[in-house]
Amino acid sequence: MIEKNIKILINEKACKKCGLCIAFCPTKVYASEGGKPLIVNLSACTNCKLCELRCPDYAIIVGGEDIE
Amino acid sequence: MSKKIMLLQGNEACVEGALAAGMRFYAGYPITPSTEIAEISAEKLPKVGGKFIQMEDELASMGAVIGASLAGLKSMTATSGPGFSLKQENIGFACLTEVPCVVVNVQRGGPSTGLPTLPAQGDVMQTRWGTHGDHPIIVISPFSVREVYDMTIRAFNLSEKYRVPCILLMDEVVAHMRERVELPEKSSIDIINRKKIKPTILDYKPYMDYDGDCILPMANFGEGIPYHVTGLIHDISGSPSSDQKVTKTLLNRLMSKIYNNVADIIEYEKIYTEDAETVIVTFGTTARSVLRAVCLLRQEGLKIGLLRLKTIWPFAHMAIKELTQTPVKNLIVAEMNYGQLMETVKASAEGAFSVYGLNKYNGELITPQEVIDKVKEVAERA
Amino acid sequence: MRKELQKYFRNDKLPHIWCPGCGHGIITGAVIRAIDNLNLEQSKICIVSGIGCSSRAPGYMNFNTLHTTHGRALAFATGIKMANHDLKVIVLTGDGDCSAIGGNHFIHAARRNIDITTIVFNNSIYGMTSGQYSPMTPKGAFATTAPYGNIDRNFDLCKLGQSAGATYVARGTVYHVPQLIKLIEKALKHKGFSLIDVVDICPTYFGRRNKMGSPVIMMEKIREMSITAKTAAKLSPEELSGKIVIGEFCEEKAPEYTKEYNKIIKKAQGGNQNG
Repeated sequence: MIEKNIKILINEKACKKCGLCIAFCPTKVYASEGGKPLIVNLSACTNCKLCELRCPDYAIIVGGEDIE
Repeated sequence: MSKKIMLLQGNEACVEGALAAGMRFYAGYPITPSTEIAEISAEKLPKVGGKFIQMEDELASMGAVIGASLAGLKSMTATSGPGFSLKQENIGFACLTEVPCVVVNVQRGGPSTGLPTLPAQGDVMQTRWGTHGDHPIIVISPFSVREVYDMTIRAFNLSEKYRVPCILLMDEVVAHMRERVELPEKSSIDIINRKKIKPTILDYKPYMDYDGDCILPMANFGEGIPYHVTGLIHDISGSPSSDQKVTKTLLNRLMSKIYNNVADIIEYEKIYTEDAETVIVTFGTTARSVLRAVCLLRQEGLKIGLLRLKTIWPFAHMAIKELTQTPVKNLIVAEMNYGQLMETVKASAEGAFSVYGLNKYNGELITPQEVIDKVKEVAERA
Repeated sequence: MRKELQKYFRNDKLPHIWCPGCGHGIITGAVIRAIDNLNLEQSKICIVSGIGCSSRAPGYMNFNTLHTTHGRALAFATGIKMANHDLKVIVLTGDGDCSAIGGNHFIHAARRNIDITTIVFNNSIYGMTSGQYSPMTPKGAFATTAPYGNIDRNFDLCKLGQSAGATYVARGTVYHVPQLIKLIEKALKHKGFSLIDVVDICPTYFGRRNKMGSPVIMMEKIREMSITAKTAAKLSPEELSGKIVIGEFCEEKAPEYTKEYNKIIKKAQGGNQNG
């Protein structure tokens, strides 16, 4: 079941545009905007956090209440 | 309490001194003629709750010693020429990161595998410049078994006080020679420990010169103050930096902490130098033959003196300068090598004296007779 | 970065020096998350590294950190662990640092079964010096020092570690991060020498030279090539060729070195001491 109120925070300054988050999101939440992840399908996000774990630059946080 | 009288080998005295100084970690690799230091440490360290480990090689031994010192234990390793060469990179690491440690080099004939069981003093320059880059180092050299004991304690004290590797430069003869020695009472021994952090310091910067004396307080790993240690040039926080100012400031401080304190670090002994025309400059085991020769020559009425360097590096320039205030004309530098110390003596003399070398590098000690012959040869030449 | 993880980083030192898509940041993140999941005491953790891109990781991590000389991390770490066995000692190293210049220290630390966790950032190349082949570079791959293709055979670091005496051995990848975190957690909990070989990507020097394209393509390759240790057990050597076998290879109980040394202390003190 998809969690409600999922948020994705992206630190654009930290992003080095490697594209890993975009390519390997299981539900295609992101599109590329000049290499940077653009959230285009937030409702599809399952809060699996793979993008957060795979971001080499600690630029992504995915979650609900825990990231207030 | 009566003083402790023992028949000790130099290498045994080294371990006794180290334990008295508070050594609690030893890492080493077997190599002649230093191996007894490892063997005796292996036996005695666990008795006082200390740790001994025989590492897989010389490089690892030096690394383990630095690691253990960072974790708070006074640490030592011992080796000889080939092993000393292998340790050099990590000795440089300890110089730059300012981790106290004692390295004993029991010299044998070189180069390369050389003469494993015979004495030499061929590592004088390697102790100073063995590791790459400009760096500070302290090197002291004993000439008797009792002095091995005292100087091992001093090596720990200097290393802890100045946060610098201290090299105890021995040779095969002083290491394997047995002498009757009177060891001081433990309570009479001065022990110096690394400068601790004042509790008022909240945001500890591991490489900040808090006291303005170039000597930094040190937190041990595990004491609750996490910090970074790197062999890269680093700023006061310990972080890598290639900034020109940071680099220069760091290197200047490393040198200053030694060179501002030469009066404390440098020790030498002068015998009959006040009226001497010729002074023999020497160190380590060679000083024993020279001392004998000087006594015999004095009996003959020759005005001969002895300058024995106990601290090899930093070099005792003041001892040479002091001789300019005396009638001394000639310096003979006696050493079991091709003339390594002589070059520094020459530079220090700045032409004030004629400097001659008495050099032997065939695996034998310089004998008193050879010293006498050299003195007479110089007298005839002058 | 997540707030609860910030305390583990030296945030003023970020962003790190690693190239876009470099897997080192992923592994460093996995180590931090494993430490956080286990609630280990931060001031009792020592992270030791050698030289190379991967060995820069400790500089960003807020623990007792030691960036040593090339290949020697395990030697320094051994001294630390011997001096104070209450410290949790973790070595972060690269494939060249660990298996070439540090190979001797690696096999001997494993042989002693000293309680150190070694995590190898295995990207099959020397990145810091811009792309020379390492003992982990696959045969046939290109490097600046293998312009005609590498003829060296590469180590299987897990087999090497296991046969040398490591008592916990596993392989993970920068693609399979949740699994990697679990493996690191197990390694950290293990009492003895633990090894995690992490298959990593170097898009800049390995990727470009071998015409592998982007970090994304390199990650896809890892995904395609990876099979579990369980599956691998059923395959022939031919079928295993070109595969990355991931998972746990060994987990055994054996006397740990510093504990054994404590027994030596008791023995030397006449056996009547408490500690």
